[in-house]
Amino acid sequence: MSDRHTVRVTVNGEPRVAETEARTLLSDFLRHDLGLTGTHVGCEHGVCGACTILFDGEPVRSCLLLAVQAEGRTIETVEGLAPDGRDHLHPLQEAFRETHGLQCGFCTPGFLMTLVPFLEENPDPTEHEIRMALSGNLCRCTGYQHIVDAVQLAAKKKTDEGGA
Amino acid sequence: MKPAPFEYRAPESLEAALDLMAEHGSEAKLLAGGQSLIPVMNFRLAQPAILVDLNRIEALDYLRPQDDGSLRIGGLTRLRQVERMADLPRHSALLAEALPWVAHPQIRNRSTVGGTLSHADPAAEVPAVCLVEGARFRLARKGGERWVPAADFFRGLFDTALEPDEILVEVELPAPRERTGTSFQEIARRHGDYAMAGVAASLRFASDGRIDEGSLVFLSVADTPLVASEASAMLAGEAPSESLFEAVARHAATAEVDPAGTIHATPDFTRHLVGVLTRRALAAAAKRANGEGETT
Ligand SMILES: Cc1cc2nc3c(=O)[nH]c(=O)nc-3n(C[C@H](O)[C@H](O)[C@H](O)COP(=O)(O)OP(=O)(O)OC[C@H]3O[C@@H](n4cnc5c(N)ncnc54)[C@H](O)[C@@H]3O)c2cc1C
Ligand code: FES
Ligand code: FES
Repeated sequence: MSDRHTVRVTVNGEPRVAETEARTLLSDFLRHDLGLTGTHVGCEHGVCGACTILFDGEPVRSCLLLAVQAEGRTIETVEGLAPDGRDHLHPLQEAFRETHGLQCGFCTPGFLMTLVPFLEENPDPTEHEIRMALSGNLCRCTGYQHIVDAVQLAAKKKTDEGGA
Repeated sequence: MKPAPFEYRAPESLEAALDLMAEHGSEAKLLAGGQSLIPVMNFRLAQPAILVDLNRIEALDYLRPQDDGSLRIGGLTRLRQVERMADLPRHSALLAEALPWVAHPQIRNRSTVGGTLSHADPAAEVPAVCLVEGARFRLARKGGERWVPAADFFRGLFDTALEPDEILVEVELPAPRERTGTSFQEIARRHGDYAMAGVAASLRFASDGRIDEGSLVFLSVADTPLVASEASAMLAGEAPSESLFEAVARHAATAEVDPAGTIHATPDFTRHLVGVLTRRALAAAAKRANGEGETT
């Protein structure tokens, strides 16, 4: 009785089509059907934030959406931050690298996809605002301090650039 | 992890959704934000045969201020969208203050007003706010609809007045009242976590400066949001004072709530939180009613 659907979705600017079961989670669809394994899966009940993606521009948990719900929508995943590979990282990724904002890296895609839109909305956030913004993402390695540092560094670089 | 198999339907109109619910009733489940339903389906605690996805029904997604000062919110409106409404504090300062306490922004980007009310988690913020504000809910089914006041809606743990074939299509928040101040207070272990205890409060003053009417609703202390009618009644006709608020808080904490306790908080600790939060909420509400301090 498997209920199958064709899903047409724009991922990181590219139109993608795949057939999938109705019960396939969007996180699994991205990883298994589209081969985009940058989106990580931790808890699968909305708590850890590892699976965060942008859905029509807004950060959401991909483990709490069905792939069929993405029909006709636009998605950005962590792969979209650095389409040209490791030599052209997104400024926030650069900042994570510089400040040791990651250790094992499991949580990192979720933090990036949460914090990239946060920085766009709040180009000059306070430390408190940063901590509130990342309170929906769990990291078992860094103790969060270096992630906060990364966001501050990225914000600073951006304002320095803008001011120059 | 995968939910158990189901048949997926995504109607594009309310009528089509109501037809599906009339046909399939309790076999079917409505999917709104999915922020509560998908987790329980992932754990297979819920295994609906048919999933009726409301997300394509744009007509249920709106914020409509009315001429009389009330606000109507469509059932599928996301919490984040309500929170971003610039005028929200003018309609309900209490709702504006409570919304940032609901989970995290990433969750509120999906969670809907109809979903959080229908799910009726006793730890949820929006149901308590609706009780204090005297909101009412419009429930539609094939061929008819009815309005249910918040006070008659929450029946038990995750249980409401909704029939299996009904959809909560609209919330009406009445116009704010004069000389009224509100406050929302909550303690959670981490920002965005479910409340260990919380309270929504409002105080309306008479022209002589006495309290005309008080209202206190607690979250996370019982199977439903708990309307503290005794503590609320203690406020009516009294002049506001620290000692009054202290007595009301003590009554609420010792006589009116009967928390079961969780792994994070013993019943005694929860009572302590209820007392502290009640005092803070009443003091803040009184200040705001008198136009002191910030208004949201
Ligand atoms: C990590 C995490 C933390 C959270 N923290 C909080 C918190 O602190 N406070 C809080 O209040 N909530 C919290 N939530 C829950 C979240 O706000 C839920 O999304 C919300 O309670 C349900 O709304 P929804 O739109 O996602 O509904 P869904 O999950 O889609 O549906 C929930 C239930 O309501 C029914 N339903 C949905 N819409 C309607 C309708 N219009 N008419 C009739 N029935 C309907 C569904 O059939 C289902 O049974 C949290 C969730 C997560 C994942
Ligand atoms: S895997 Fe989605 S929030 Fe944890
Ligand atoms: S870097 Fe390991 S979980 Fe965050």
